[in-house]
Amino acid sequence: MAEQDSADTGTAVEKHEVPTAAPGTAVVSSDRVENPGFEPHRPRVSDLSPEKEKQNERRVAGLFFASMIGAVGSIVAYIALPFEPGDPASVQLSNMLIGLGIALSMLGIGFGAIHWAKSLMANEHAVEYRHPVRGTEETRARAVEIFQLGNKESGFTRRKLIRNSLIGALAIFPLPAVVLFRGLAPDEDPVELFKHTMWDTGVRLTRDPDGTPIKASDVTIGSAFHVIPEGLGESEHKLEEKAKAAVLLMRLKPEDLTVSAGREDWNYQGIVAYSKICTHVGCPVALYEQQTHHLLCPCHQSQFDIKREAEVIFGPAKRPLPQLPITIDSEGYLVARSDFEEPVGPSFWERSL
Amino acid sequence: MTVQTESPATTSEAQAPGTGMRFTNWAANYIDERTSISGAVKEFGRKVFPDHWSFELGQVALYSFVTILISGTFLTFFFQASMAEVHYDGSYVPLKGLEMSAAMASTLDISFDIRGGLLMRQIHHWAALLFVAAIGLHMLRVFFTGAFRKPREINWVIGFVLFILAMGEGFTGYSLPDDLLSGNGLRIIDGLLKGIPIVGTWISYLLFGGEFPGFDIVGRLYVLHILILPAILVAALGVHLILVVVNKHTQFARPGSTNENVVGEPIMPVYAAKGAGFFFIIFGVIALTASLVTINPIWNYGPYDPSPVSAGTQPDWYIGFADGALRLVPPGWEFVIFGFTLSLNILAPVLVLGLFIVVVMLYPFFEAWVTGDKREHHITQRPRNAPTRTAIGAAGVTFYAVMWAAASSDLIATHFKLSIESVTYALQALLFVGPIVAYIVTKRICLGLQKKDREIALHGYESGRIVRLPGGEYVEVHEQLSDYERWKLVSYDDYQPLMLRPNKRGKITVSERARAAVSRWFFEDRIAPVSKSEIEASKHH
Repeated sequence: MAEQDSADTGTAVEKHEVPTAAPGTAVVSSDRVENPGFEPHRPRVSDLSPEKEKQNERRVAGLFFASMIGAVGSIVAYIALPFEPGDPASVQLSNMLIGLGIALSMLGIGFGAIHWAKSLMANEHAVEYRHPVRGTEETRARAVEIFQLGNKESGFTRRKLIRNSLIGALAIFPLPAVVLFRGLAPDEDPVELFKHTMWDTGVRLTRDPDGTPIKASDVTIGSAFHVIPEGLGESEHKLEEKAKAAVLLMRLKPEDLTVSAGREDWNYQGIVAYSKICTHVGCPVALYEQQTHHLLCPCHQSQFDIKREAEVIFGPAKRPLPQLPITIDSEGYLVARSDFEEPVGPSFWERSL
Repeated sequence: MTVQTESPATTSEAQAPGTGMRFTNWAANYIDERTSISGAVKEFGRKVFPDHWSFELGQVALYSFVTILISGTFLTFFFQASMAEVHYDGSYVPLKGLEMSAAMASTLDISFDIRGGLLMRQIHHWAALLFVAAIGLHMLRVFFTGAFRKPREINWVIGFVLFILAMGEGFTGYSLPDDLLSGNGLRIIDGLLKGIPIVGTWISYLLFGGEFPGFDIVGRLYVLHILILPAILVAALGVHLILVVVNKHTQFARPGSTNENVVGEPIMPVYAAKGAGFFFIIFGVIALTASLVTINPIWNYGPYDPSPVSAGTQPDWYIGFADGALRLVPPGWEFVIFGFTLSLNILAPVLVLGLFIVVVMLYPFFEAWVTGDKREHHITQRPRNAPTRTAIGAAGVTFYAVMWAAASSDLIATHFKLSIESVTYALQALLFVGPIVAYIVTKRICLGLQKKDREIALHGYESGRIVRLPGGEYVEVHEQLSDYERWKLVSYDDYQPLMLRPNKRGKITVSERARAAVSRWFFEDRIAPVSKSEIEASKHH
């Protein structure tokens, strides 16, 4: 592009004689039916009958008056209908009447103006001519000349060192702005944060939301508990911790459970705890089918089979819900044996590292 | 007029106008002498706009956007974009004393403690739904009538950007109240972001200012929602409208309308009256809807909590296709490669959607390449007269519609008492089969309609008058069309498949071969418009 020649002849003026553009594969036939020209103008009723004209005039004005009534009505409704404390119906009524007034005031103007335009304003065709969107040859030639002058007077293409160093500077100068955005989040490593939850050895399983601990004997077969770790309420990052630590607790007959090697002591007499956060995109897997022991995510319908360690049996999720190893403490309350052994929730790039 | 004369006072005296007129003259002169505005009035005051119902769709989008700006500005005076925890102490009794974010509490205050506040929230939300819907219909109109052809390809792309921005505005706004429903929406966004290879973890971490949900996201989305996105949107909208003025509006092939003229109504007064009136109607209809129909009752959902979720949750309609795409992924599409987790169950739908969007955006350039037509086109086509394009469009609409329906797969299953699995399998199949069927059926319908048009143009329409001939034969009298009526049926662009020819160097390039193949696919089935001599011949029958 540095060639002096190519800089001189911009492509813009290469084709001096382009007034008619190429039709491509369009069939340009001389046997086309000719445009018959405008249809004769058909007068409207209000053009012919002064009576109808008057009637339309009254209608338009009537609509504008209706608009005024609507606007005033809206203000009246605002003043006359205060909210009664503790009565949602009064809120509803006030909003509705204010809104209906506003709607009437708008629709009155709208329909009035359009009725005016359609029935009373002149409706002869107006015609305007189009010109090709491209500038005239003269304008384009001058535009090219201006760029060439700019180039010549600045030496933009001639002084390559200046040009290239400028391009380099322009490419690099926005980078500090990008770096500044690191401050959007705290200095910690997200991967480490995503991999750990509040659960730890001996942390009691408690009911969501009141935080009362759960005895193994409370968990009957077929029941399901929404569980949070003990002490969540006092946590500084309550929602963040809950978004990772929410757990579902269910009891099945021990013989119904398929338990893989190494997980034999993760359940307590058929009581199992699984992360409630879907391994697809993180919705709470909140629907438990008691009969089949399936968990269903209401967002994208992934289904997990609790009998087989929350394996995916349908839907877009790939991984089973992580299991929380549990046991009981000396007082008979359910506690975690440890944190989850894998990150909970949706997958992320560094998850398995 | 007096505006251009040296001394308006003398002219006014000569015409002896009333006080009002004198003031108007004085004011017009005052402003013009300081702004030269008469030039703009001269240039644009009688600018002509063609009239057709389908040309109003873009206006619906524009006017609902104005409605959004007005109602949204009102809401900003009351809404607090903060996730600081507060105890709700407003008038809505069932939530009293509950812990929630200031965003949620202020949204409840707007709804229950500020008169007309709920109305404004509902106007804002309904207008947003209408905005995206109108943009979608406007795009379909432009697509199916070929109004994206030269010189309007760039404006198609800008319009496309507007569509994406509108969805972005919708989603950011939807997330602001920090209620249970929108929080779960954000949770899905968090999951999507984390599924992006290499950078996903960090994008989510930076966006949320730490771990999900954090304390920052509502404030950040608020800045996007009321500052950054609207600023870009208004700028792009400005360019969009300027280009409409520069290119002048397209028109249908009515008698007298040609590729070189614009036939319609002048801005002053008819088009201005209709346009302004239409704005009031759009605002009025939105206000009417908002007064009568509740939308997004966040007080029923409660504040965001990562644990609960309600069944049958739905995003706003325009995000449905993305949610549906996520649902249609078959199980097991996630792999660990060299220790890195590749979430194809997230990536694949995102890529398919992205590709779909890019294909739609680039379609005008594709068609221009196929036809090689470098002329300007200002006459909009009837969809039937571009059968292959119309069929492609129908296939695209079907593809979108299946994904959109998939966002309600659970509701379809419960309402029709089907299993969720069978509904999902059916939609998965339909995603591939549906567009093909739609393509074939639409193309056949278009060709059939073209044949019918030909028939009517040549032999007239059936008059319904049965005549018995002297020989006892019954015939139906066909009534010929007038030249005006016929014009609509016979005036359309006609293309034939590209003939492969060697270029100057005697070579047939690969791209030319490809173009010929695509061109054949486009224009092989071709119903030529009725010609002058055919009409002459038919008259002599």
